[in-house]
Amino acid sequence: MSFSFLQKDRLAIVFMAILAGFGVIVPLLNLLMPEGSFFHIPTYAVSLLGKYICFAILALSLDLVWGFCGILSLGHGAFFALGGYAMGMYLMRQIGARGVYANPVLPDFMVFLNMKELPLPWYGFSSFSYAMLMVFLVPGLLAFVFGWFAFRSRVSGVYLSIITQAMTFAMMLAFFRNDMGFGGNNGLTDFKDILGFSVQASGTRLTLYMLSILALGGCYLVARMMVQSAYGRVLIAIRDAESRTRFLGYRVEHFKVLAFTVSACMAGLAGALYVPQVGIINPSEFAPGNSIEAVIWVAVGGRGTLVGPVLGAVLVNFAKTWLTGALAEFWLFALGALFIGVTLFLPKGIIGTLSEKFSKPKAEADVAEEVRS
Amino acid sequence: MRRICYKGLMAVLGLYVLLVQAVQAAGYDEALAKFTSDQFPQIEQGILDLAAIGSPEAARLLEALNDGRLFFTAGKQVVFKEGNGVIDGLTAAKLDPAPDNLKTVRMNNRVRRTLESALGTLSLVAVDPVKRRAAAEAVFKARDPQALPLLETAIQKEKDTAIKNVMERARAAILVADSKASELARLGAVETLAERGDQEVMSLLASVRPQAPANLVQSIDAAIKVIERRLSLLSAFQNAIYGLSLGSVLLLAAIGLAITFGVMGIINMAHGEMVMLGAYTTFLVQEVIRAKYPALFDWSLMIALPLAFLVSALFGVMIERSILRFLYGRPLETLLATWGVSLVLQQGVRTLFGPTNREVGAPAFMSGSVDLWGLTITSGRLWIIVFSMLVFFALLLLMRATSFGLKMRAVTQNRRMAAAMGIPTPIIDQMTFALGSGIAGIAGVALSQIDNVSPNLGQGYIIDSFMVVVFGGVGNLWGTLVGALTLGVANKFLEPLAGAVLGKIVMLVFIILFIQKRPRGLFALKGRSVEG
Repeated sequence: MSFSFLQKDRLAIVFMAILAGFGVIVPLLNLLMPEGSFFHIPTYAVSLLGKYICFAILALSLDLVWGFCGILSLGHGAFFALGGYAMGMYLMRQIGARGVYANPVLPDFMVFLNMKELPLPWYGFSSFSYAMLMVFLVPGLLAFVFGWFAFRSRVSGVYLSIITQAMTFAMMLAFFRNDMGFGGNNGLTDFKDILGFSVQASGTRLTLYMLSILALGGCYLVARMMVQSAYGRVLIAIRDAESRTRFLGYRVEHFKVLAFTVSACMAGLAGALYVPQVGIINPSEFAPGNSIEAVIWVAVGGRGTLVGPVLGAVLVNFAKTWLTGALAEFWLFALGALFIGVTLFLPKGIIGTLSEKFSKPKAEADVAEEVRS
Repeated sequence: MRRICYKGLMAVLGLYVLLVQAVQAAGYDEALAKFTSDQFPQIEQGILDLAAIGSPEAARLLEALNDGRLFFTAGKQVVFKEGNGVIDGLTAAKLDPAPDNLKTVRMNNRVRRTLESALGTLSLVAVDPVKRRAAAEAVFKARDPQALPLLETAIQKEKDTAIKNVMERARAAILVADSKASELARLGAVETLAERGDQEVMSLLASVRPQAPANLVQSIDAAIKVIERRLSLLSAFQNAIYGLSLGSVLLLAAIGLAITFGVMGIINMAHGEMVMLGAYTTFLVQEVIRAKYPALFDWSLMIALPLAFLVSALFGVMIERSILRFLYGRPLETLLATWGVSLVLQQGVRTLFGPTNREVGAPAFMSGSVDLWGLTITSGRLWIIVFSMLVFFALLLLMRATSFGLKMRAVTQNRRMAAAMGIPTPIIDQMTFALGSGIAGIAGVALSQIDNVSPNLGQGYIIDSFMVVVFGGVGNLWGTLVGALTLGVANKFLEPLAGAVLGKIVMLVFIILFIQKRPRGLFALKGRSVEG
């Protein structure tokens, strides 16, 4: 693989270097440092970091559509959760006869609900490769169908945001139902092992963390390739002047659907990595609030920068972990203030503002511009 | 005897009355004599005899027996105690001096049961209409043929048609279930039941059917069909009413959103929190009234209405001045910023008032229920429909008949042209936002009556309101009305078919598909400016 396209882009190089640093140093500190040492990183912290990295992938996927194509999706949490459910279903099948009811085929909740046989959507999920396929296929397919209908009839702007929100809301209601066969309220949990390794073991957790780092790096490179290609130029053109691009002869909806689908696949991957690390997936992941929260990660870091959303996701989630522990009541105030403050005072986000300061004025065109309605 | 003298006076009024009363008087003698017996079956018969007489005096005696106040003297004279005095059972005269050596009437469980059912049937002739109605319902449920004679007299005396209907239904139920009754009477009873049938009657008819003779089976089948048809009509009607009331709630919640979206092109994600503020204002008003001026409680909603409007409008102006005006032309950022506002408001209310539900009472005229063609509908639901229509038409008037409304419509249609004509668009924006928020506050007053007043109140309505706006189209109040009512009614009709949750999902999917066909909603404004 050639990294020639990374040349002349210091930001990308720095990002990849930091990411690699996190991928190497954190596991080393976890493994080599003695338990009581100041430099030791406990396994739970590694998993926490892994969780942030998954959110970072989600933010990155959102930036691809919002930052470069002007599609503000308030339903990306749905793709994330679908990927998570695909992974969760694989993990449920792996439990096998070790469940409370010791049914070799049916997961516990199905026995509890008096189901006699495995529902159709669960077929095949005992195979890891099939489950991995579904991690991409299910969110991708939903995004493709949804995007195809929406973009073809030129639903855009706030209308699109609202129906994506309605989509994830509808999914949430559906997954809360017991007879959907996805565990209802409680979702999927009590996972035992993944590919034969216990999900509790610290070795598995380290591996999952490193896989998340790799996935983030991979998604970043894919997204970068997309936005820097000729295709990406058209995406930016659509973002800035959709009608004009259409009149120039581009099939705007095709460009949008592709970006939306790729983005949904990335979100699905993020969800799939998230579930084994936190050990549960339930319908509240579909809640509209989660999807909007992901949008603010992108806004904080700087949309249209790809690196910014990653930074934003990690920063905001770190603050969330810290604040909900220390001052639980204060968190929603802080989050609300963040929404208001960032849109008012930091419209380009951290990375956007910084790179504007450090780069020459002529590079301005590359930086995310405000999207006009 | 005084009673007979009284009867003599009555004789002037008519022979018939005299006869009936004479029979009654004779009946009393025999019935009362049976109470002095030491045989339980005798006492039981006495109770039945008294019940058959069915006069208020008989009821008085049986009640006394029930309370253990009925005695007889050594001379087998039946008396009962009332207050401090002892009263003769036959003449109802106060005995002075009170006789001594009183013996209580004997009782066992069997007698007590008979007594209870007799008292139940006697309530058929009680003075209190509520008691009469309850007694008739009880007779319908018990279907005891022994109650029939008294029921007949009760039906003749009854003047209240509603209660009379219930009694006739009870009579028909007894006759249908009684295999000893004549076939003609039973056929007539089936007809009566078909006219006044509900779910209970259906199951009664179904249970009678296997033992019924062939003729009767036919008419029973016909009756069941008639009742089924009426029941399905009634349930459709009930769904329509519930749907309308749900639609009115949606209308109230969505109409402010539709106005701000129409004029300013922004989605206010904090709209639900404006509704919540209105509900909490109602709560506060009621708290003050409860503490200081309890007499004003029935007016609490009237007082809360303008206050809720003001509170929410004030918050709206504050949001507009401090945040939104810096974000004009950036609708997506506005959406995020207002989401932030909604989080802050929710948490603020949670910190101030606590996370639990707050109690908001209903004024007297709004509680209770209304009987509409055999349907019981809580009057709160009807008031919401009326109220939302009032708000809707007031707004329509504002849009059509005032200069502010004219300017608002001008800005909705073409902002730049309106500005060129000298309309101060920033001021219109500000006032529109205040108006939209204020209406949300009013919606909060109404919602406090049917929903839990908690910090999450607004969240429950926000997605539905968006759907109404998206479905109905922007910039046209009629679109919002049609959208809200359609969604409300459709939701209620889908619920029994698909379950509440699935119905909602179907609605959401429908709307997502609908805006493929009509991306600007049902009532889209035509014109170049709308395309953006």
